[in-house]
Amino acid sequence: MSNEVADNGRRRFLISATSVVGAAGIAATAWPFLDSLSPSAKAKSLGGPVQADISKVALGQQVLVLWRSQPIALVNRTPVLLANLKKIVPRLADPNSDQPQQPGYCKNTSRSIKPEYLVMILICTHLGCVPDIKTKIPDPSVAPDWLGGYLCACHGSKYDLSGRVFQGQPAPLNMVVPPYHYISDTVVEIGVNPSEAEISKLTGGD
Amino acid sequence: MAIVPNPYKTTGFVGWIDDRFPLTKLWRDHLAEYYVPKNFNFWYFFGSLALLVLVMQIVTGIFLTMHYKPGATTAFNSVQFIMRDVPWGWLIRYMHALGSSAFFVIVYLHMYRGILYGSHRKPRELIWLFGCLIYLCLMAEAFCGYVLPWGNMSYWGAKVILTLFSAIPVVGHSLQVWLQGDYTPADATLNRLFSLHVIALPLVLIMLVFLHIMALHEVGSNNPDGVEIKNHKDANGIPLDGVPFHPYYTVKDLMGVSVFLLIFALIVFFAPTGGGLVLEHDNFIGANPVATPSLIHPAWYFGVFYAMLRSIPAMFDSKIWGVLVMFGAIVLLFFLPWLDRSPVKSIRYKGAIFKTALVIFTLDLLMMGHLGMQETNLTYLIFTRIGTVIYYAFFLLMPIYSKLDRTKPVPDRVTS
Amino acid sequence: MRRLIVVLTFMTLLAPVLSHAEDDGPLPFSADVGNTASVQRGAHDFVSYCSACHTLKYLRYNQMAAGLDIPEKQLKQNLMFVGGLKPSSEMINAMSADDGKAWFGKAPPDLTLEAEYHNPRWVYNYLQNFYLDPKRPNGVNNLLLKNVAMPDVLWSLQGWQKQVTDKDGATYFVTVSKGSMTADQFNGFVTDVTNFLTFAASPDKIERSSLGPKVIIFLLILLVLTYLLKKEFWRDIH
Repeated sequence: MSNEVADNGRRRFLISATSVVGAAGIAATAWPFLDSLSPSAKAKSLGGPVQADISKVALGQQVLVLWRSQPIALVNRTPVLLANLKKIVPRLADPNSDQPQQPGYCKNTSRSIKPEYLVMILICTHLGCVPDIKTKIPDPSVAPDWLGGYLCACHGSKYDLSGRVFQGQPAPLNMVVPPYHYISDTVVEIGVNPSEAEISKLTGGD
Repeated sequence: MAIVPNPYKTTGFVGWIDDRFPLTKLWRDHLAEYYVPKNFNFWYFFGSLALLVLVMQIVTGIFLTMHYKPGATTAFNSVQFIMRDVPWGWLIRYMHALGSSAFFVIVYLHMYRGILYGSHRKPRELIWLFGCLIYLCLMAEAFCGYVLPWGNMSYWGAKVILTLFSAIPVVGHSLQVWLQGDYTPADATLNRLFSLHVIALPLVLIMLVFLHIMALHEVGSNNPDGVEIKNHKDANGIPLDGVPFHPYYTVKDLMGVSVFLLIFALIVFFAPTGGGLVLEHDNFIGANPVATPSLIHPAWYFGVFYAMLRSIPAMFDSKIWGVLVMFGAIVLLFFLPWLDRSPVKSIRYKGAIFKTALVIFTLDLLMMGHLGMQETNLTYLIFTRIGTVIYYAFFLLMPIYSKLDRTKPVPDRVTS
Repeated sequence: MRRLIVVLTFMTLLAPVLSHAEDDGPLPFSADVGNTASVQRGAHDFVSYCSACHTLKYLRYNQMAAGLDIPEKQLKQNLMFVGGLKPSSEMINAMSADDGKAWFGKAPPDLTLEAEYHNPRWVYNYLQNFYLDPKRPNGVNNLLLKNVAMPDVLWSLQGWQKQVTDKDGATYFVTVSKGSMTADQFNGFVTDVTNFLTFAASPDKIERSSLGPKVIIFLLILLVLTYLLKKEFWRDIH
C-alpha cells in the first residue's frame, strides 16, 4: 500500500497518545488509593490538640500527658535546675538546638516558651524508648557530676533537663519539643503554635 | 518431552530471564502468536471485562480491608468510617459495590454468549465446566460480601440463606448452627464470612479463572459462526481465519474497557446506589434481629434463583423442595454441553425451534429476575412456577428439540 | 443487538420498583443538595429543633462545615451547642438511649442515614404530615409512620392539623390552629431540613458532583483514542 509509511506514523502516534493518556489515567486512579492510607478524619480528630494545666505540676516535678499517643513531659524546673542548663553546655552535642527538633520560638537554652516549664515529647531520639527523669543532684548512679536531666534505660543515652543530648551518646539528637502555646497563664495547648504576633514577640528578642 | 529453556534464543536482559523462566514463550504462546478468530463481535468483550472487574474488585477490596472492621458491633460503623473519614473511602467503596453488580452483568452476558454460539460444545466442555464453577464461586463470594456491612438486609439475607441448610433432613439444623457458629447469624458468622470473602473464595476464584483460561488456550476460541478456524491453516500452521491476540484483540479489548469504564464512572459518580439496586435502602440501617425488612430479597443478580426457591411450597413437612429446585437449576448449567445435541454450534445456523426456545428462555430469565425481587402474592406464585418450568424445560427438553431443529448449512470459513 | 436492548430496558425498569416498597407521602419533593444556602439553613434548623433528641453520629462538625463552606468561627457560634465537643467531633448529643426510651417509649434514632434508608421525599412528607390524634399518648400521629412515638416538635411553626374523612372515605387534613410560619415558609423550612439530611446521608455527593464531569471527559477522550487505535490496527485485517 502506498500509504504504509504514513500509516505507520499514524499508528505510532495513536499508540503513544493512548499510552500517555492511559498512563495518566492509571496514575490519577492510583492516587485516591494511595491517599486513602493517610490519616483519616478520625485519626486527625484523635490527634487533635490537648490542653494541660501546667500549674498542677509541683516544683521540681514532672507530669506526663498524652498527645497523639505520645508521652509529653511537663516539667516545673527549679532555679537550681535552670541554672545548671548553662553549666552543662560543654557536655552537650547540640547546645544551641541548631538541629530542627523544636519550633523556632523554643530555640533557646530552656527550649521552652516560659523558662521554668519544659514541654517536650519524652521519646529518646535513638530508638524510641521513654527516658527517666533524674533530678537528684548529685546522682553518681547516673554519671559523675550529674547536674539533672534524663537517662534512657534502653541504651544509656543522657540528656539535660531541656532534653538536649550529651555528646557521645547512642542518641544523635535533642528530644523533640512539640508545637504548643499558652491559652492562659496556667494552661498550655499542645499541638498548636502560638499566634504570629506571639511568635515574633518570643523570637524577636533573640 | 523435556523442557528446553529459551527456545527462541533471545539474548540480553530478556535472554537472561528466558534462560530461567519461559517469559518469551508465554508471551508468544498466549498473546503474540495465540491465534484467535477474526470475526469476534460485541459478545466477545465480556471475558476480558470480567478479568478487569476481578482485578478491580481485588484492588478495591484490599484497600477496603485496611479500614473495615469485621464484627457485629463494629462493621456497620466501620463502613460509615470508610465513607466519611477515610480519604477517598467513598470512592473505593462505591467502586467495590458497583463492581460486584457489574461483575454479574458481565458474567451473565459472557455466559449468554456461550449459549448463543455453542462455546460449550466439544472440545470446549471443560472451559464451560470451569466457568460454571466460577459462577458458583462468584455467587458465594457475592453473598459473603453482601453480609459484611452488617446492615439489616445483610443480616436478614444471611438468615434466609443459612436457614436453607436446615431444610436438609436429619442434619439440617445442626449444619446451620455449625455454619453460623451461633444459634442465629451473629458475630461469629460475620467473621467467618469475612475470612471466606477476603481470602478463601478469592483464592479459589483466581485459581478457577486461571484454569478456565488455560483450558481455553489449549483448544482455542470459538466464534460467532461456530466454525473451527483450526480446520484451515496456511503453510506455516497459522489458521487462515485467525489473527494474533496481540495486538488485534488487546487493542480491541482496550476499546471495550474504555466503554465499560465510561458507563462505570457515570454510575459511580452520578448514581452510586444504583437506585437501590447496587446499595439497597434497607441496608442503610444496622442489623436488627427483631425487625425484619418489609421485603427481604437478595441482590438483583440472584433474582432468578430466589424466584424459583419461593415458588415451591413446603410439601410432606419439608421445605427442601424449593431448595432442591433452586440448586437444581444451577446444576443444570453444568450439563449444557451434553444436553445440546444440535449438529451446529452457533445460533446463526440453528432453526426456528431452537431460536424460539432461546427467546422464551431469555424472556423467562428476565421475568424471573424481576419477580425474584417482588413480594409474594398469588399472581406472583403462578408466574414464578411457570417460569421455573420453562427454565427446566429449556434444558431438559434440549436433547429433543435441538435434534428436531432444522439447521442451516454451516460455512467452511468464518463470515464477517 | 435487539436482545441487548430488551435486557437493558428491563434492567432500567427494575430500578424504580426497588426504591423501597412503601408509600413516600402525598407531597412531591426532590432534594437539592447543591443549593448550599438551603442546606446551611437546614443545618441550623436541625441543630435548633432536632439535635436535642436526634444525633448525627456519623457526621463530624468539621465535615459538615467543609461540605457547606461554613468557616470555623460560624460553625462554633451557630451550630455547636453541645458542651465539650470539638469541631472534629461527631454530632452527638447529651441524651442517653435509656433516657430516650424512657421518655418516648423508643429511643430517638440516629438520623445520619435516614434520607438514604428512606428517601428525601419520605423525609419531607414525614415532617409535613403530623396530625392530632387524641388516641395516642403523645397526642399526635403521622401519615408516614403510623403510631409514631415522636412528638410533633414543629407544631409551633406549622400549627396543628387534624385528619378528616369525607363521605367518600377519602382523608385529608384541615388546619386546627396556625403556627408562626405561613404554609410557604414552613414548606421552605422543611425543604431546608430535608436537603440537609440528604446531604448528611451522603456528604460525598458534593465531591462526586465536582469530580464526576472531569472523569467522564477524560474517559471520553480515552474512548476516542482507543477507538481510533483499534480502527487503525484492524485495517490490517480483511
